[in-house]
Amino acid sequence: MSSLLSVKNMSINFDTPRGSLEAVRGVDIEIPAGTSVGIVGESGSGKTVMCRAAMGLLQGSNVKRSGTVVFDGHELTAMSKEEVRDLFGSGMAMIFQDPMTALNPVRRIGSQLSEGLRVRLGMSKADALARSKELLELVRIPNAAAVLKSFPYQLSGGMRQRVMIAIAIACNPKLLFADEPTTALDVTVQAQILQLLRELREDLKMSMVLVTHDLGVVAGNTDYVAVMYAGEVVEYAPTKKLFADMRMPYTEALLDSIPKIDHKSGTRLSMIAGRLPDPTDRGAGCSFAPRCKYAQEKCHKEHPELKKDPDGHLYRCWFPIGEAK
Amino acid sequence: MAGSGTAHMRNTVDAVLTVRDLTVEFRVAKDKIVKAVSGLSFDVIKGETLAIVGESGCGKTTLARAVLQLPPPNSGEVVFDKTDLTLLPKENLRSARTSMQMIFQDPISSLDPRMTVHQLIDEPLEIWDRGTRAERDERINNLLNNVGLEPELVLNRRSYEFSGGQCQRISIARALALDPRMLICDEPVSALDVSIQAQILNLLQDMKDRFGLTMIFISHDLAVVKAVSNRVMVMYLGKICEVATPDTLYSKPAHHYTKALLNSVPIADPTRQRKTELLQGEPPSPMNPPSGCRFRTRCAAASALCAEQEPQLREVTPGQFVACHHPIV
Repeated sequence: MSSLLSVKNMSINFDTPRGSLEAVRGVDIEIPAGTSVGIVGESGSGKTVMCRAAMGLLQGSNVKRSGTVVFDGHELTAMSKEEVRDLFGSGMAMIFQDPMTALNPVRRIGSQLSEGLRVRLGMSKADALARSKELLELVRIPNAAAVLKSFPYQLSGGMRQRVMIAIAIACNPKLLFADEPTTALDVTVQAQILQLLRELREDLKMSMVLVTHDLGVVAGNTDYVAVMYAGEVVEYAPTKKLFADMRMPYTEALLDSIPKIDHKSGTRLSMIAGRLPDPTDRGAGCSFAPRCKYAQEKCHKEHPELKKDPDGHLYRCWFPIGEAK
Repeated sequence: MAGSGTAHMRNTVDAVLTVRDLTVEFRVAKDKIVKAVSGLSFDVIKGETLAIVGESGCGKTTLARAVLQLPPPNSGEVVFDKTDLTLLPKENLRSARTSMQMIFQDPISSLDPRMTVHQLIDEPLEIWDRGTRAERDERINNLLNNVGLEPELVLNRRSYEFSGGQCQRISIARALALDPRMLICDEPVSALDVSIQAQILNLLQDMKDRFGLTMIFISHDLAVVKAVSNRVMVMYLGKICEVATPDTLYSKPAHHYTKALLNSVPIADPTRQRKTELLQGEPPSPMNPPSGCRFRTRCAAASALCAEQEPQLREVTPGQFVACHHPIV
């Protein structure tokens, strides 16, 4: 299968007063065309930075980048800002986490939604508004004509996220980055938005990168999963394979910490003690070793490389689950 | 409505909090009234955790705040420790509130960014003049140790230097400072990562056991609620749908709304994904709630009766109360 997006050996460092902050460390990710790939990890694991860098959205003199990003035959890392921007909308698009702040509060929905259509597709104002109305209907917003004339504050969080999705799919992108699209929403609305994304992906033949901290969200909505920890990919596998046969203790701990509705009430939740290591000082061994219940001496001293099972399952662990210790 | 009624009230002497017929309404324009909470009753027994579950806008936060008289409800009574808070003069209310504390949803913005952790936790102790300087400092150290923070490392730092999970630990220490009898937690883990969520939920459980607290736990996530509660009350548009113990509620939901909520929780297993219909749309406006059962506009089982008559809470199985004309059996 050919890759729509291929990220190779990407590293992102930010210069900060406390020293160089390693946000992303040597990440390789392939997004095969027509698939949905989940990127899972805790806050601060580098998932958002990785996505933004893949889209060329990280600017500023304090950012140091290395590695290559190839999207649909274009090497983004060798292109100018203007050339990359031409790929936005019809090539790739992004849905941001917080629908409350991602929309411009002083512009009507219609004007924000038709902007891309006019700039990218050269539509007239009237045509763009007519298409905007269709797009709102496509994302199942009732009473689309009235919503076009509303301001973001007049809509609920779920409605705003639908508008964000309408903006993102307006120019038929090949790849949609969804950065925690449901984290700020209620469970009922989350389920609706995830269902909507599944249907749109099918209808528009779109690939998707779904960034989330919740393995539960990933389970029913992706074909592949990359688990990130402290700026690195620590496990990568097809979704079904990952859940059936986890190799990385971190992935297991993350799954165990989700409260489940079929547990007996009052069951104590298993948790991952401690927190992510200091991003300016990653230490020598495995980044997860201080929080890992299986950690041994070697884990604290030597940094594990990504290992590959014969079936392509990748993991970064000296003592993976399922192997004799 | 999802309904009224008092069948679920236990009327025991062990009740720490008894709320009867509570109504909260906000006038937002000349002739527009938001009916946030409509004639709602419930009780919480000593040592129990009551979870209040529902979507955004169903009135769960308003309800919790009305218990604390922030602001006072339009009508109804709130009996805490045999005293009706709605009748208390301001000064007595202030001292009554020391024994009921609240933990808020957003841990970072609910702490004053200009105060150090020491000042944050000392503030309630100072206001109520609890002990000498040295006694208060010892108390602050104990509280921080209890919530799993190292006093020496955190005392002189400010909230922006901490992660969301750590800020929530500080909020918990602050809430416990005055030895409350009841803790009201308003979505205490919604803003946190799953891994940190588990830490905070376990901590709340520990604090409850150690200090013999009674808790009200508000959340929109049924999975989170199951881990911590003894009794669950499902709310919709200012009314109660169902009240039951978590194990009953989750295995045999009797209200169609409870079932819909359960069906929305993502399953962390790609081989067991549901094929059921999702709850569509969003709740109607609380300014103009539907007649009869308030849930009927989104309910697959709704009949003409649901539009005409408001269902009353009734017991369907022992300990399980539902306000529905056509409960799931």
